[in-house]
Amino acid sequence: MAKLPPYTSTGEYIWHYIYRGICGLIFLFLILPILIVLPLSFNVEPYFSFTSGMLNFDPKAFSLRWYEDIFRNGMASPDTPFGWSWLSDTWNNGQWIRAIRNSFFIGVCATLLSTALGTLAAIGLSRSEMPYRRLIMSILISPMIVPLVITAAGMFFFYSKIHLSQTYLGVIMAHAVLGTPFVIITVTATLVGFDKSLVRASQSLGAGALTTFRKVQMPLIIPGVISGGLFAFITSFDEVVAVLFLASPEQRTIPRQMWSGIREQISPTILAVATLLVILSIILLTVLELLRRRSERLRGITNS
Amino acid sequence: MTDSQTVTSGAITAADGTPLKKKLAQALFRSRVRAVSLVVPLFAFVMASFVIPIFALMWQGVYNDRFSTYTPNLTEQLTAWDGLAEPGEALFAALVSDLKTARKDRTIGRIATRVNQEYPGTRSLFTSTARKAKKLRAPFKESVIKTNKKWANIEIWRAMKLTSQDLTPSFYATALDGRYTVDKGFVAQNENRQIYVKLFWRTLLISASVMGLCLLLGYPVAYLLATLPLRTSNLLMIMVLLPFWTSLLVRTTAWIAILQSQGVINDLMVAVGITADDSRFSLIYNMTGTIIAMTHILLPFMILPLYSVMKTIPPSYMRAARSLGATPTAAFIRVYAPQTIPGIGAGGLLVFILAIGYYITPALVGGQDGQLISNMIAYHMQKSLNWSLAAALGGILLAGVLLLYWIYDRVIGIDNMKLG
Repeated sequence: MAKLPPYTSTGEYIWHYIYRGICGLIFLFLILPILIVLPLSFNVEPYFSFTSGMLNFDPKAFSLRWYEDIFRNGMASPDTPFGWSWLSDTWNNGQWIRAIRNSFFIGVCATLLSTALGTLAAIGLSRSEMPYRRLIMSILISPMIVPLVITAAGMFFFYSKIHLSQTYLGVIMAHAVLGTPFVIITVTATLVGFDKSLVRASQSLGAGALTTFRKVQMPLIIPGVISGGLFAFITSFDEVVAVLFLASPEQRTIPRQMWSGIREQISPTILAVATLLVILSIILLTVLELLRRRSERLRGITNS
Repeated sequence: MTDSQTVTSGAITAADGTPLKKKLAQALFRSRVRAVSLVVPLFAFVMASFVIPIFALMWQGVYNDRFSTYTPNLTEQLTAWDGLAEPGEALFAALVSDLKTARKDRTIGRIATRVNQEYPGTRSLFTSTARKAKKLRAPFKESVIKTNKKWANIEIWRAMKLTSQDLTPSFYATALDGRYTVDKGFVAQNENRQIYVKLFWRTLLISASVMGLCLLLGYPVAYLLATLPLRTSNLLMIMVLLPFWTSLLVRTTAWIAILQSQGVINDLMVAVGITADDSRFSLIYNMTGTIIAMTHILLPFMILPLYSVMKTIPPSYMRAARSLGATPTAAFIRVYAPQTIPGIGAGGLLVFILAIGYYITPALVGGQDGQLISNMIAYHMQKSLNWSLAAALGGILLAGVLLLYWIYDRVIGIDNMKLG
């Protein structure tokens, strides 16, 4: 914590601590709702609130039943003992398991598509020779800005006409479009600090365009590409409106399953899934932070 | 200097003998082509899977050929009719013949639904007359009116004339709480039928309050993060970024768990004794719930741009102001705050743009009075199936959002958008 300068008056001292207190409360507002789902997901009762047993730390008030339910929900014969048949049953029939599989499949495909296209476009856009740069950039960023309902409704009409609605390809295309702005923004941000003379140096040493890209440019912008890819992945992983409009039950994703869970039968299984998602986002955040540090180190910005 | 250049410029040639000027132009052209060819794949992809679908939706808002497709004869007669004179025998004859075909092809439901959108309360009139159409004999005007007296009402015919036009402004008129009529042009809808303009205003109001709350909560936090040493602020930054990275549905679920009447806050209130068990606060499934949850979800979008602007303000400015005799408050208001205006603009606009099109959170925690215009669009898309009206409402919303986006690009520039 920063030391207060010696000329600070008493009033300022008081204000300083009040201000810290206010900020602390705002941080609580930000973080508490996310942390509160963790204990609630271990509730033995099918409620969304703390029971008196939980508050007294009674071990009987806690259980893993909602985590079990993630696997059991939708199984053809949930009572069979654990084994190969149980595993194949939950893999093929479990509603949440299906949603998790779909989310990862769609997310990975959409991320690959949007990262590949987005990175190329960002490199092109960062060149000063690019004509109509500003206009094209604003069109490419617009999927992030246009209200999702409008995007999804438009896709519903158009994709139905070309027989893409209710298919995996349709959902993947929709998610890829929604993810590209993030890739463009992050890769462009890395390219801003990119030293053009490195490219010229490599070319003057006889490297072709592809070699230059692979050996010089790519290693330097790779942190931006990966963090853009993570953004694209989380966008797809979290997206529900396009899935609501475009997907058939076969393509249900985790957020879609949560959506119907909240609307139809509220059960703490949603909280268990939410806990898993919070853990996933902590992992992604850590990866992103490590990438940021690496990128700073590579560019010679030291962390004070 | 200039003279010698103009004299020699023709003479300088590249290794292969072409003039340097031409060679340079070629090289520039090539690098331009290279830059464009890098962008083209994504541009084509965004066009095909995003821009064209949106145009397809917008087209729906002004074009609807459902009526004219299924009633070819009637449409022909209605186009010839001026909409002012009493409908004549030819119109009635065309009506009967089209209703007969529609009944046979089972398309009568679609026709009736379409006219009903233009003139509510006429659905059963069409279906019931279509059932009897087979038995009707000439003169058709008399016999049709005999089956139902409503057919003598010229307003129904005027509505049908409007629906027979494929290109129509009536959906936009409805979206703005008006009606488009043959004889009087645009007229305002009855007071008790006006819902959409009110909903647009409510959307603006909620978005503005969310933006205000985000600024109120985000500013102190961004200031703290910008003034603390980097090691501490990086640690605290996690608290901002974790919500940003957590699924929207997780956060909405969490707010349901916290705010519902048997939820954490109400339980706490009852336990502390602020409120009685039977008079718990209703914090969710209303506008309050929408505003609280949306503020929480959009707060990082306010903090991050504010932080990146505040980071660039040297702390020595404040010290200089103090040393020149300014009180801390004066130094902050007159020296520091004006420099954060770009951040306020960037964060505020971004939050407002995102809030105005919000759908998921209001749908889950909004109840009755916490719904936004997006929810109405989704309702017309999925429940009432009045797609053209959904498209018209979407068109108005999109125009507003694009205007704000244009302002954002003008004032802040999309290149300066930062994430995390």
